[in-house]
Amino acid sequence: MRTIQFREALREAMSEEMRRDPSVFLMGEEVAEYNGAYKVSQGMLDEFGAERVIDTPIAELGFAGIGVGAATNGLRPIIEFMTFNFSLVAIDQVINAAAKMYSMSGGQYSCPIVFRGPTGNAGMLSSQHSQNFENWYANTPGLKVVVPSTPYDAKGLLKSAIRDPDPVIFMESELMYGDKGEVPEEEYTLPLDKANVVREGKSVTIVSFGKMMKVALAAADELAKEGIEAEVIDLRSVRPIDYATLVESVKKTNRMVVVEEAWPLASISSELAYNVQRYAFDYLDAPVHRITNADVPLPYAPTLIEAALPNVARTVKAVKEVLYRK
Amino acid sequence: MADTKVKAASKASNSAGKAKPTPKNSTSKSNGKAAVSAAERQQPEPVEAVQPGAEKAAGAKASKTAQQPASKGSFPKETYMTWFESMLLMRRFEEKAGQLYGQQKIKGFCHLYIGQEACVAGAVSALRQGDKYITAYRDHAHPLGLGTSPNAIMAELFAKQTGCSKGKGGSMHIFDKSVNFIGGHGIVGGQVPLGAGIAFAEKYNKTGNLCICYMGDGAVRQGALHEAFNMAMLWKLPVIFVVENNGYAMGTSVQRTSNVTELYTIGEAYDMPSEPVDAMHVEEVHNAVARAAERARAGEGPSFLEFKTYRYKGHSMSDPAKYRTKEEVEEYRMRDSIENVRHTILTQGMATEDELNAIDEKLKAVVAESVEFAEQSPYPPAEELYRDVYVQEDYPFIRE
Repeated sequence: MRTIQFREALREAMSEEMRRDPSVFLMGEEVAEYNGAYKVSQGMLDEFGAERVIDTPIAELGFAGIGVGAATNGLRPIIEFMTFNFSLVAIDQVINAAAKMYSMSGGQYSCPIVFRGPTGNAGMLSSQHSQNFENWYANTPGLKVVVPSTPYDAKGLLKSAIRDPDPVIFMESELMYGDKGEVPEEEYTLPLDKANVVREGKSVTIVSFGKMMKVALAAADELAKEGIEAEVIDLRSVRPIDYATLVESVKKTNRMVVVEEAWPLASISSELAYNVQRYAFDYLDAPVHRITNADVPLPYAPTLIEAALPNVARTVKAVKEVLYRK
Repeated sequence: MADTKVKAASKASNSAGKAKPTPKNSTSKSNGKAAVSAAERQQPEPVEAVQPGAEKAAGAKASKTAQQPASKGSFPKETYMTWFESMLLMRRFEEKAGQLYGQQKIKGFCHLYIGQEACVAGAVSALRQGDKYITAYRDHAHPLGLGTSPNAIMAELFAKQTGCSKGKGGSMHIFDKSVNFIGGHGIVGGQVPLGAGIAFAEKYNKTGNLCICYMGDGAVRQGALHEAFNMAMLWKLPVIFVVENNGYAMGTSVQRTSNVTELYTIGEAYDMPSEPVDAMHVEEVHNAVARAAERARAGEGPSFLEFKTYRYKGHSMSDPAKYRTKEEVEEYRMRDSIENVRHTILTQGMATEDELNAIDEKLKAVVAESVEFAEQSPYPPAEELYRDVYVQEDYPFIRE
């Protein structure tokens, strides 16, 4: 199978959907003439023209709202945030407009829109450019929140997100855009509500999503050297969450460790831990453990970043703790 | 919207209806961007005397529309009768809604449109089918003017399943897709980018339709408006932005919110054709909207109209409006937009007093029927809770 970059997979997903459906368009900062701040949309202006690949001023609240209005009136916008850190100035339109339109109109007006862009830290960018809001958006009914971890998933999930009739938050990573992975030439889509059991095992369940999947999988490799067989689950979507796959796995392994890039309080890992104690309490042989960002704004210095972010060593240690092994 | 009481003493900045009748074609040459002194802000200019935005926006036509007398008589009887009936329906509906709120039949927040009726009626008569409407939470009158059944709106206020939003939206979220009324939005200024986006879709699909996007005077201080104005003008979106300047953002007078108190001049910062409109006269509203619509359909992009109007009631039902004087309210009542229409109809012999009274009686009956309909309708059953949240029918909600 051919191998392409994460950014190419995203570009293929958008381009294929734009060829398929004339109501799909891409709007955001630097998406057109600059070919994308991270070259995700490279060449799309040439193919689709300025009416469908649209550069905006730096005005996230305004263009997010224009996207929501366009979606409410029948189009299927893809709104790119240069990073989701900047989506905070647009969050009123995402939470109060996009997520509420269908409900508050009694089902008269839907809002089929995709907000996409990178989330999380991207290497020594300090505190305003290194945040994870997956749990913020996932908290809101009316939205769907997808966080892919591979080029294959990115393409299949983004195509589904663009076709989805509801508003979808689609979160990528600057640090993954160059990642290469196998992506078939043939068309495919992936469901937005199914987790992926990436690696089977019986000793412990490691759950993660997005770029933290790399940490989870590397930890599983390390653990395998010591004979610990970790089952690794990629949630793919954090709203909705495929609890069934998770609970089924924990019933088999009796232990769970969550790796998440966000801060700990009211995070996705909190939610997973709640769900597992609620629905697999009798199967647990140890408290659920989690590895998250330290409970501080992410600083600039590499030593402090190293101390703050989830990593393989911390994950391996957590797994050993739930296994009561030294 | 918060509903705390605010003490303030400022008078309304908007000058709707305060103007003494002025001679025809006596438009001012004053520059709309000229600095307005604090003293002038305390004593707002009459609307008829200041029309620089209109001159800029509409060229020669502006002078004709600067005074309402010039417009009178240029509309046929049918238009006047439609205005009268539409505006009086809004008035009677809102009076009843206020009464029912007092009786606790209507709950939540309830923002009445009484006094502002011409802002909707004059736009509806100037626009065409296919054009889209969006506004903030003072939103009962817009769908009424577009032909939404009063039953469906009253039932929504009563939180009944037969309401236009199935009892899920309430007073602030009236929607009616059948008349292209896209809500009813509760975050001040949030509907302004939405209106631009609705217009974006019309342009994208080359429909020739436009969007008229209403807002209150509080909304012009929100960043969302400025971002949306900039892009709407940059991309020449077919949208008419309308600020219904009733002088108060809840309890805070316009003068207390900015140094820029002639609100239409905000559009000029984006080179947007902008003009003040005496919205106590429905003819002025119609003419201004018609001019803006012509520009929008010609591909010239958005306009910004400042409708100088007045609400007789408080911001919401819990607002006793102590920030303004009885005399100020009475002054506006003397210039009531419905009375203006009635006066023209009677003096021009379009109908008799008895005929107008008969219409009033008919409308009171329509409103009474809507109350009966709402009273008798059922509340939405619990099964409705998980409907209309996602289009996806089998969305896996978390249910304990």
